[in-house]
Amino acid sequence: MSTDVESDANAKVRGEGKEKILELSNLNVSYGNIAAVKGLSMSVYAGEIVTLIGSNGAGKSTTLRTISGLLRPKSGEVVFKGQKINGVPGHDVVKLGICQSPEGRKIFQRMTVSENLDLGAYTRKDTAAIAEDRDRVLDLFPRLRERIDQKAGTMSGGEQQMLAVARALLGNPSLLLLDEPSMGLAPVLVDVIFETIERIREQGVTVLLVEQNALAALEIADYAYVLESGSLNLQGNAADLLNDDSVASAYLGGH
Amino acid sequence: MATSTAPRTSAPSPSRRSLSHYRWPIGYVVVIVGLFLLYHFILPNLVTQVSGPVTAWLPVATLNECLMWAIMALGLNVVVGYAGLLDLGYVAFWALGGYTAGWLMAAPFNWTWDFHLFGAVAKTYPGTHITFWLVILIAGVLCAILGLIIGAPTLRLRGDYLALVTLGFGEVITQFFRNSNDIAGRNLAGGDGGISIIDPIGTGPFGATGLVPPGLSNGAQDNVYKILVLGLLVGACLFISLRIREGRLGRAWLAIREDELAASMMGVPLVRTKLLAYAVGAFFGGIGGVANAAGITGAVSPSGFDFGKSVLVLLMVVLGGMGNVWGVTVGAFLLAWLNSNGLKQIGVQLDSWFGTTLTATLPRYNYIILGLLLVLMMLYRREGLIPEKRTKALMNTPSRTEMESMGAESLEAAAETAAVEKADAKTDAGIAASAAAVSPVLDESTPKREDRS
Repeated sequence: MSTDVESDANAKVRGEGKEKILELSNLNVSYGNIAAVKGLSMSVYAGEIVTLIGSNGAGKSTTLRTISGLLRPKSGEVVFKGQKINGVPGHDVVKLGICQSPEGRKIFQRMTVSENLDLGAYTRKDTAAIAEDRDRVLDLFPRLRERIDQKAGTMSGGEQQMLAVARALLGNPSLLLLDEPSMGLAPVLVDVIFETIERIREQGVTVLLVEQNALAALEIADYAYVLESGSLNLQGNAADLLNDDSVASAYLGGH
Repeated sequence: MATSTAPRTSAPSPSRRSLSHYRWPIGYVVVIVGLFLLYHFILPNLVTQVSGPVTAWLPVATLNECLMWAIMALGLNVVVGYAGLLDLGYVAFWALGGYTAGWLMAAPFNWTWDFHLFGAVAKTYPGTHITFWLVILIAGVLCAILGLIIGAPTLRLRGDYLALVTLGFGEVITQFFRNSNDIAGRNLAGGDGGISIIDPIGTGPFGATGLVPPGLSNGAQDNVYKILVLGLLVGACLFISLRIREGRLGRAWLAIREDELAASMMGVPLVRTKLLAYAVGAFFGGIGGVANAAGITGAVSPSGFDFGKSVLVLLMVVLGGMGNVWGVTVGAFLLAWLNSNGLKQIGVQLDSWFGTTLTATLPRYNYIILGLLLVLMMLYRREGLIPEKRTKALMNTPSRTEMESMGAESLEAAAETAAVEKADAKTDAGIAASAAAVSPVLDESTPKREDRS
């Protein structure tokens, strides 16, 4: 296996002039005795789209859950904007500015789209700012505006995914965590979602994207980390990885 | 932003909200006052052929019991219906409320002091006699504190485990009161006998005018006035339930009920929010306990606070429609009525028609009948008599997992693809073209990706 091809050189160029918004150092997470993430170190700079790719069970979602405070690491550190946040409970992590669109969407099925969005802004009090953000988010996803009073559970999978992302955005995150936004969606919709992710970044939100659909993720990402069985296998600029033969054969070429 | 149009219609406009908030209390007051007038003025002046059946089917005492149970059901609804926490020991709060009334509104044991605070009885009585209205608040707060104490260690549990622990707590409280005549050598609550002759609900300044009795004891005439008092309490519980439901806290509860993990991801502090549900529910339970002890039974004893009562309140909530205060109120009325007088009266009616002897036996089979009723409800109307709107909407549509298991996903994917393509075929083509231009690798792999899905 190839490891850290051009990573060192790239990392220096990559970080220049930007704030390191998130840094994981030597992170170990386990479920009981089973280690899910082993010694993972990675960083995300402000304004980037960073993707974390890998096959099923590679530890991608575990990593995200650790960042968002739902899991506690066994060892290692999660540092967000210079502050160590491992051990901070999930609901406080949201207040710090990390919002997540979870795997499997987890929208509130029996609530309307509007109520779901309200809950996205649960930690915020400034109603004027929330209304403004709501408008902005609905501009990103016009289909949600059409279905604003519909029960979320009755919408299609794609619309539910849009809602999950929109809901996370209403928490006014500086770092948006997206867990498998393409899961179970028609290819066309995957394009729509990924295109929107790029627009979200343009609006100043840093995105950490976890994907099994490596091709789609690498297309829009700046930098990528490849996980395999819980440890970092490869990292580099997304464009480089797209052209890397070993990546192509392992993750892009179908199986 | 004032410029937007579509989202405006979504958020309930202030006028619509205030209407829904202020219209129901008027109707509610009309109903309660109407019932009061009916029993106080109208029925006594009618011929017995008319008034007889009414008072036989729904005596004032039963009506009051129904109102008291409505308080309980509304309280449990906050816990079970709003926050989705299954509580099988709700009777604990009812008991503590009742005993608070016993401690503060009676002369239970060898009290060595007399204390009167606007009590309903004459100053010559020994013991503690605090006004009903203050005791309600004290009991509510005590129960809320007990709720927090019970909740803090247990609410970290989920689902079935929580239900089991609450079941245990319900029993523990009853056993505590059963053995309360000798707690470290002191008689705290009278043991098996409990505390009897609890002061009636005082009418305070109204009583002083001489128009109403000074204390609402168990006389038929006094019972009529209790409709107003208990009706007021139920109204307050309804109002609080509805207001909380609309607010931030209510939203957080619903979110937890829907999906704890997702709620936590939205920044809802799970334990604190659940604890609040528990505390609010317990507060109502305490009020119900005082209303029962002072307004209905006039005494408390451990045998009244059995597990069956927890189940009964839960049945009211489930039968009426979890989460919908009106459904829950109706459920409470229906079950409390069946339990108190309804079954007996149905027996009387059947006897007079068919010459059977069901009057005495039917009430004894109450739990069988209630159980049957519940089974039928679960089979034919799972969402309750008056379901919550959001439940109703989804009960009739299959859930996503059901749909996906039936293969709806691929159909839907095809439909969505068509829809999106139709909507912006041009944009799509543009994207595809630019993507192809940026990276030639894509051209080869894109078809593959579509093949796979």
